[in-house]
Amino acid sequence: MNGWRRRGGALVTTFSEREAGLLRGLVGQVRDLLAARVAANPQDELAELTGIIAGPTTAPADRVLARLLPDFHREDTALSGGLRALHEPELLATKDGAVGVVLATCPPRGGRLRLSEQQAQAWLTALNDVRLALGTVLEVTEDMPDELPPEDPRVPHLAVYHWLTWVQDSLIQAMATT
Amino acid sequence: MTTPVELEQTQVDPAVDPVADEAGVEDRPWLTIVWNDPVNLMSYVTYVFQQLFGFSRDEATKLMLDVHHKGRAVVTSGSRDKVEIDVAKLHGAGLWATMQKEA
Repeated sequence: MNGWRRRGGALVTTFSEREAGLLRGLVGQVRDLLAARVAANPQDELAELTGIIAGPTTAPADRVLARLLPDFHREDTALSGGLRALHEPELLATKDGAVGVVLATCPPRGGRLRLSEQQAQAWLTALNDVRLALGTVLEVTEDMPDELPPEDPRVPHLAVYHWLTWVQDSLIQAMATT
Repeated sequence: MTTPVELEQTQVDPAVDPVADEAGVEDRPWLTIVWNDPVNLMSYVTYVFQQLFGFSRDEATKLMLDVHHKGRAVVTSGSRDKVEIDVAKLHGAGLWATMQKEA
């Protein structure tokens, strides 16, 4: 791809088959991770009757999920737990919804993409979640050099991370133009 | 026979909020804090501030730079309910946000 451009009311670009496959695979992994969190919190009959789903009160043990679903308060664990139970189900649904928009609008074999403003917002959310996930696993820091020594096992993954950064930033710049 | 749960009473349960009885504490607003993190893009953080809270581009940029240089910034304040919603929105966007009562 050569970056996003605004054309009329839409955001357009072209993905190669390899780029489309890579992105679809990555957002799919985020979706699986979110689904595992949902599955670990089974709902009882009461929740099914009332439609009120209570999330878990404790932060995920998995560090990627923990970054995607942060605590509400730094010290007050009782407050954090209560607010997590209240908000996490919707948060998971929002993030999963953003993944759904990417999978629905990014053709599996690549080609032309055309997003509405609303779809582009969902793309930003999904791209950001993938970068948070990858950045957590790669232990990205602010003073990390753009290129690691060639023997570092993270080198190929860091290239993917930088590509995602570029896809996201380019979309933000295109959305800002009128 | 039963009676409705007394919502007011459960909300100010001193076991949950031990400082609620202290004079003055209840008047202090809650703050929404955004923390610096190494992944989120400066352009994205600015975009999110504009999108979620209606800041102008200049206001959003200033707040983003505060987060970047000082490690954190207060982006909104108000009642606990309002700040709680703001933090949830920021989490939805992938920003690292917490809430706390003004010191």
